[in-house]
Amino acid sequence: MTVLTKEIQQQQASIYREYVMELCNLDVYYGNFHAVRDVNMKIESNKITALIGPSGCGKSTVLRCMNRMNDLVKNSRVEGEVLFQGFDLYDARIDPVQVRQRIGMVFQKPNPFPKSIFDNVAYGLRLLGERNRDVLHHVVEQSLKRAALWDEVKGNLKRSGLSLSGGQQQRLCIARTIAIKPEVILMDEPCSALDPIATLKIEDLMRELKEEYTIVIVTHNMQQAARVSDYTAFMMMGEGLDGEIDESRAGELAEFDRTDIIFNNPSNQRTSDYIKGRFG
Amino acid sequence: MSRKSTVNFSNNVDLNQKLAKRRWKSQVGRFFFRMTLIASLLALLMLAYNILNRAFTTVAIEDTVNPTELSEIPLAELEKAELLLILGDYLSSNQLRILIFERILGAPREDWSDLNTQTLSAIIEVGQYPEDWGTMLVSELEPQQILALLGQGLSQELLVSIVEEKVVEERVVQVWTLTETVFNWQGIEAQVATLYPTTRLEFRFWLNTDFLMTAMHSQPELSGLRTAILGSLWLMTITAAFAFPVGVSAALYLEEYAADTPMNRIIQLNIANLAGVPSIIYGILGLIVFVRAMGFLTNGRTILSAGLTLGLLILPIIIISTQEAIRAVPTSLRQASYGMGATRWQMIYTVLFPKALPGILTGTILSLSRAFGETAPLIVVGSITRITADPQGPLSRFTAIPIQIYTWTAQPQDAFRSAAAAAILVLVVTLLVFNSVAIILRNRYS
Ligand SMILES: Nc1ncnc2c1ncn2[C@@H]1O[C@H](COP(=O)(O)OP(=O)(O)OP(=O)(O)O)[C@@H](O)[C@H]1O
Ligand SMILES: [Mg+2]
Repeated sequence: MTVLTKEIQQQQASIYREYVMELCNLDVYYGNFHAVRDVNMKIESNKITALIGPSGCGKSTVLRCMNRMNDLVKNSRVEGEVLFQGFDLYDARIDPVQVRQRIGMVFQKPNPFPKSIFDNVAYGLRLLGERNRDVLHHVVEQSLKRAALWDEVKGNLKRSGLSLSGGQQQRLCIARTIAIKPEVILMDEPCSALDPIATLKIEDLMRELKEEYTIVIVTHNMQQAARVSDYTAFMMMGEGLDGEIDESRAGELAEFDRTDIIFNNPSNQRTSDYIKGRFG
Repeated sequence: MSRKSTVNFSNNVDLNQKLAKRRWKSQVGRFFFRMTLIASLLALLMLAYNILNRAFTTVAIEDTVNPTELSEIPLAELEKAELLLILGDYLSSNQLRILIFERILGAPREDWSDLNTQTLSAIIEVGQYPEDWGTMLVSELEPQQILALLGQGLSQELLVSIVEEKVVEERVVQVWTLTETVFNWQGIEAQVATLYPTTRLEFRFWLNTDFLMTAMHSQPELSGLRTAILGSLWLMTITAAFAFPVGVSAALYLEEYAADTPMNRIIQLNIANLAGVPSIIYGILGLIVFVRAMGFLTNGRTILSAGLTLGLLILPIIIISTQEAIRAVPTSLRQASYGMGATRWQMIYTVLFPKALPGILTGTILSLSRAFGETAPLIVVGSITRITADPQGPLSRFTAIPIQIYTWTAQPQDAFRSAAAAAILVLVVTLLVFNSVAIILRNRYS
């Protein structure tokens, strides 16, 4: 049922080389609750785009929309378009399973499977039906190397993924994600459970990975956004009539620009307040 | 927590007074909880005492015929021919014929009159006896012919045990409980001396290998649990084979596939209610559905019918405990799997099921242990208690351990109470094993 046939893909790829994803008038509801309002955003390929903003403004929600993980949330409803290489991911003909193979996700809390390191990394390929030991071994080694974990675990790939440290587990999750060669990697606060050194390791990794992949990252760490990202989207709770911030209102995209502009010369007053730590 | 020091390092009088009051409340609570615990332990102890008191007894045994009257040397050392001679001397031809049915053919009592009207060749293969016997009716056989058949069909050991059982006929004339044995030994001896001068006293633990290995008998001291144990094993096999896959699939469907519609919520509510329906209702259901309506498949009142009935009985429990085990799987694992592009089914069998399996098994084992002790549904579905033949398969008639206990406790002879106590011990020990396995599983994997 694949709509994304090779031919169209190549054609589309040339057009959308620059913008691999595009959010158009995205609105998300959880039941009656309007969580995200009218987000418009273009994700440039081979760049790192950071999503920042106060807690509860809908960053994770937007991120989950980008590979249809929001489908798993009961009562959630998405309006608007999420274009990936020109295709609307929410088109009825699109299979979410396929979407998630091409747009991978790394979660806030490291969540390796209770399986061996090898099985963790080989998981995605096995889902696709790959059984050849040699192929699996090759991919596992490559992915672990890419995720800068190989040297630490190469002695014993049979170890349980859960026996690794938090930072190692997160790199294992990244290795697992890149093993199936997605085009985009979504990361939801990937470093929030890690110490500064492990964090720096993951940041280095991101810089390296962007050669091949497009990365979208949610973070609460301003320095991190400033250090690694090329573009930054600043999200906010919407304003009420009197200009006051209203916690119960839908999250909105307040500003989206190159990272150096957002951090040095934001056009929105609230952006500069937030970045300077005045609220949020 | 011990609380020895009473140094006040707070000068706040009000606070200190309140503290005393708070402490007093927790003291009362502790006392109350401790009492309830002690009460339930006492009840358990009473139960254990009752069972053990009956399982260990002193028995007075009387022989109908003294073995020394039969032969000079011990019975066990006699030749087959000599044993057959003794049997011929002491038993009627009818009793001998029954030995053929019972020991050679292993036929249940209700078939005996039927077998009597058949020709010999119809029940025992030609070749074991002179050819011209084959056309004779079984009821026409002479004692000599029957003895020859018995000698052909049974081993020397079996013949010895038959002589002991039918000729020597050890009989337990009275049973004294463990307490009486320990505290009133003189009284017992005095009683025996006056009432039964010809008996000998023996201390007996009823749960011995003979008890486990022999079939039901009309005399308590010769009764065993073999048929019931095999029946219970068969029942559990069928119950598990039916309830586990069906229950787990239903739970997976409800948790992972079913949408949150009013209809599904009603189903869910009903499953929870079904878990509380009295077991005898399930017995009636099994009687109507499996014994009557599906009788052509289940062959009526058979192990299959009863196993399926017990399966229905524990199905809701398995569904609910499986659902709980599934819900206990962290969302982050599901997300990880879906995030890697797994389909729902791939997520279920690569992540969800392995992770939930220990919990599922724990629930299944616990519910099986409930089924193991169930009596009422089996009575309704129609187990038979006077059965001596081992169950041959799912379509055999059967008895089970709780059924035996139930029947034995209803018998007039005192000694059957001891047989029942031994059977209860078997049941309780099996349940203990079941539950320990469940606990080990739960502790090791969660
Ligand atoms: N599964 C859900 N069901 C209902 N409401 C939800 C759900 N997930 C999120 N929300 C609501 O949607 C809003 C946005 O949540 P979201 O998790 O996207 O915020 P966030 O920006 O990622 O916050 P944080 O920085 O704390 O992670 C919040 O008000 C939250 O309460
Ligand atoms: Mg979040």
